[in-house]
Amino acid sequence: MAYNDKVLDHYENPRNVGSMDKADSHVGTGMVGAPACGDVMKLQIRVEDDGTISDAKFKTFGCGSAIASSSLVTEWIKGKSLDEALSIKNSDIAEELALPPVKIHCSVLAEDAIKQAISDYQKKQ
Amino acid sequence: MKRPIYMDNQATTPVDPRVLEEMIPWFTEKFGNPASSSHAFGWEADAAVKKARKQVADLIGADAKEIVFTSGATESNNIAIQGIAQFHKDRGNHIVTLVSEHKAVLDTCRHLESEGFEVTYLPVQPNGLVDLEVLTAALTDQTILVTVMAANNEIGVLQPIAEIGAICKERSIYFHTDAAQAVGKIPMDVNAMNIDLLSLSGHKFYGPKGVGALYVRRRPRVRLKAVMHGGGHERGMRSGTLATPLLVGLGFAAQLAMEEMEEENKRVYALRENMRQGIMKQLTHVELNGDLEKRLAGNLNISFNYVEGESLMMAIKDVAVSSGSACTSASLEPSYVLRALGVNEEMAHTSIRFGLGRFSTQEEVDFVVKTVVKAVNNLREMSPLWEMAQEGVNMDDIEWAAH
Amino acid sequence: MIYLDHNATSPVRGEVVPLITPYFTEFIGNPSSVHGSGRAARKGLDEARRKLAQLVDVHESQIIFTSGGTEANNLALMGVALQANFNGHLITSAIEHPSILAMCDLLEQRGVAVTRIGVDSQGVVDLNALEEAMTPETFLVSVMHANNETGVIQPIQQIAQRCRQAQVIFHSDTVQSVGKLPVTLEGVGADMISLSAHKFGGPKGVGALVINNRLALSSMLLGGGQERNRRAGTENLPGIVGFGAACQLVGSNQRKEYERLLGLRNQLEADLSNLLPELIVFGNETERLPNTTLVGVAGLDGETLVMNMDLAGFAISAGSACGSGRTQASPVLAAMGYDGAVGQSAVRISLGWSSQREDINRFAPVFARTVKRLQQMSAPLTMAV
Repeated sequence: MAYNDKVLDHYENPRNVGSMDKADSHVGTGMVGAPACGDVMKLQIRVEDDGTISDAKFKTFGCGSAIASSSLVTEWIKGKSLDEALSIKNSDIAEELALPPVKIHCSVLAEDAIKQAISDYQKKQ
Repeated sequence: MKRPIYMDNQATTPVDPRVLEEMIPWFTEKFGNPASSSHAFGWEADAAVKKARKQVADLIGADAKEIVFTSGATESNNIAIQGIAQFHKDRGNHIVTLVSEHKAVLDTCRHLESEGFEVTYLPVQPNGLVDLEVLTAALTDQTILVTVMAANNEIGVLQPIAEIGAICKERSIYFHTDAAQAVGKIPMDVNAMNIDLLSLSGHKFYGPKGVGALYVRRRPRVRLKAVMHGGGHERGMRSGTLATPLLVGLGFAAQLAMEEMEEENKRVYALRENMRQGIMKQLTHVELNGDLEKRLAGNLNISFNYVEGESLMMAIKDVAVSSGSACTSASLEPSYVLRALGVNEEMAHTSIRFGLGRFSTQEEVDFVVKTVVKAVNNLREMSPLWEMAQEGVNMDDIEWAAH
Repeated sequence: MIYLDHNATSPVRGEVVPLITPYFTEFIGNPSSVHGSGRAARKGLDEARRKLAQLVDVHESQIIFTSGGTEANNLALMGVALQANFNGHLITSAIEHPSILAMCDLLEQRGVAVTRIGVDSQGVVDLNALEEAMTPETFLVSVMHANNETGVIQPIQQIAQRCRQAQVIFHSDTVQSVGKLPVTLEGVGADMISLSAHKFGGPKGVGALVINNRLALSSMLLGGGQERNRRAGTENLPGIVGFGAACQLVGSNQRKEYERLLGLRNQLEADLSNLLPELIVFGNETERLPNTTLVGVAGLDGETLVMNMDLAGFAISAGSACGSGRTQASPVLAAMGYDGAVGQSAVRISLGWSSQREDINRFAPVFARTVKRLQQMSAPLTMAV
C-alpha cells in the first residue's frame, strides 16, 4: 500500500508523543481500540480552567495510518475549546491524510479517542 | 550495499542472473513453438523443453516423464487436488489437509466441499508441525487424498513429509505436497518420501515467475482430471503453449539449486542465525514463530510484542519484508497461519517475516538487525501497550472495546 | 532459416526484451507485497494493464491476466458455466481452437448441452445454423474472431448482435486477430475476448481474458485473490510487462502494419498462383487476416511438403501447432467440406511483425520448385492407381 506524504511525515516525525499523569484533574485520557484488532490509541489532553485544551499527548500501537491519525489530532486540538475539539469528524482526518478505504477505521479511532478523552476529563470535574 | 535490502525471499526470489542469461536467446532467436513439429524452430524449442523437464525431474528424484509444466504452484495445486478429487470420487470423497496450508490449497478444498467432498483441516501444534497421530486418526476408508505442504510460506516450518508419505502409501491414499517453498531449498525425493504429486514454482528458487510444475507419479500410475483443456499438451494434463524461455529458466534454476543447495543452505542458515540471535539479544519480548529446528534455513518469523507489524515495516522501509503472507496483506485479518499455531491475535499483528536467500549478505543482516532494533525501541516508546506493560498492567485484565 | 509460422508463435520483439529483463532481477517484488519492492512490481503490473486496456479500449478493471490463450479460453467457458451451474446450452463452432473445443467436451460431460455449428466452403460460420441452434436455454455463444489455420474472419458483429437480442453472453477467441487487425471489445461486440501475447511479439506464458464488467465470472484457479479474485496465482510480472509493451507497439501502428502484411501476403499468393496454377487458396473468397494463407495442391501430402521446406530453410506448418506433435487431417478443412486429398495437402504460411518482402521473394520460387519435385516423385504412383 502506498502511503500518502502527510501520513509518512506524521509517521516519521510524530508530534506530541508522550504521556501525562492520568490522575491529574486537568487531564483527560482516552484509550480506544484493542490489541487483538491491531490498533490501540491513547490520547491525553490537558484542559485549562477556561476550557481550552492547552496540551495533547498520544501513544499508539497500530499501523502508520493510526499513528499519523493520532499525531494529527494532537496538533489539531491544541488551543481549541472542548466543543471545537468535539466537532472534529473522522472524515476530516481521513481527508487530510488521504486515507485509503481500508484505513478509514484509523480516523474513526482518532475521533473516538478525542471524545473519550474529553468525556474522561468532564467526569473528573 | 544496495537498498532496498530484499528480505522477502519466501514471497518471491529474484531470477539468478545466470538463469536469465540462459533464458534470453529463447525470447528472440530461438522463439519456436515447442509444439511445431514441422520445422527446426519447433524442434529446437522442443529439445529445450525436454532438457528442462529432465533438470526439474532430477531435482526431486523423479523421471522426466512425470513432470507436467504449469503456470506456477497455484495452478499445480489446483490441478493436483481438483484432478484427484474429480477422477477418484467414486472411490471416496474425503480429503485431509492442514489449516496452515497455502490459500491455493485451502480455497481449492473449500470449493470441493461445495461440490460434496468432505475435507478435514487438521490443526497444527504450537511449533507449526502436524501431529502424525492426529493425521493418522483422521484417515478413513473414504479418504482419497492427503495434501500437506512441505515447507510453510510464512513460518518456514518443515512438515514430516517422508513420514506422511509412508502413512499414505500403507493405506493406498494419494499424497500430494505443495513443495513451492521447499524445492530448491531442501532435498526433496519423491520416491524416498512416497510422494504421488508435488507442486513446485519457478520464482521461489531463483527461476522466473509464471512457470511451475506438477510432479505426477507414473509407477504406480496416478490418474487425474485436467483443469486446463485444449491442445493436449503435457500428457493431456495441462494444455497451453509451453513458454520455452520460462521453462529453460525453470530447468536451469533447478540445476543450479541441485548443484549449490548444500553450500547455500549452510551459508543462509548462518546468516539467519546471526540475525535471529542479533535481534533476540538486543530486544526483550520478542518471540520466534514456528519450530526453530525443523525450519527453512532462510526463514525467520518473529513477533515483536507491543509493536504493530505494519508500522514496523514502515519504520524499516529500506528493508523489504512481509507481515503475514504477501497474498493476504491487503486484508486486515491477522495471519491465519500464526493463528493456527495458537498465537493470539495481538501477537499475530506484531509479526514480521524475514526471508533470507541466495543473495543475502552478512552486511545486510547487520544493517537489518540494527535497523529493526532501533525501530522496535522507537515504536515501543510510542506504544501505549508497552507503557502499560512497563507499569505492570496485565493486558488480559482490560476490557477492550472491540471495533 | 526464414520463419513463416507466426500463427504458431512470433519472436518477441527486440524492443520488448530490455523492458522485461529488469523485472527478472531488479524489480523483483511480489506485486501483492506492500513493501517498496512489491510496489515497484505493482507499478509495472498496472502500467502493462493500462497498455492492454488502451489497445482493446476497455477499463483496466476489465482485464484478467492469464498464463496464455488456452487458459483465457478455458476460463471464459468454465467461468460462465460454473455460474450457470452447468445447466443450459452453449453454442460454438466446429472450427474453434482446441482450447475451446476440448473445454466444450468437458462441459458436455458435466451436463451442459453443446451445439457445434458448421462453416461454409470458405470457412465462414453458418449464421443460419446459429439461428437454428439458439434456444431459450442458450447462455453462451463462443465463436473465434479469425481462424488460426485459414485466417478467415468470422461474422462476429452479426453474432454479437444476435446474442445481444437474445441476452446471451458472447465470447470471441481473438488470439489470432489481435496484432493483425485492430481489435477492441466493443468493436468485436463480445462480452469476453481472449488474447495471447506470444502471437504478436510478446512473450510466451502470458495472455488475458478481457471481459465486460457486468459479467459474473467464476474463477477457475483458486487461492490468493489476485486479478480481483478471478485468477489466482502470483502474477507473471516480466511476462505481463512484455505483454503490455507488445500491446503498445502494436497499437501505435495498426493500420500501417495491416496494409504492410496484406501487401506481402497478396504478393505471395499472386507469385505462388503464377508459378503453380493448380494451387488452391483456402478461404480466398472471403475476408481473411492479412498475414495468413492456407494453400494446397490436390494429391500432395502437406506434412511432406512442410518437411521439405524446412530442409530448404523455410519454417511453415501443416495445420495448427497445437497438439503434441500429432499429425491428423485438419478438422477445420474437414468442416469446410474438403475431402482428404485436398485437405491433407494444406500448408499454412503465416507472416508477422518480423516478415519482410525479401522473405516472400525467396520463398515463392523454392516452394513452387519443391511442389513440382514432389509431384514428379509421386506421379508414377498416382498413374498406377
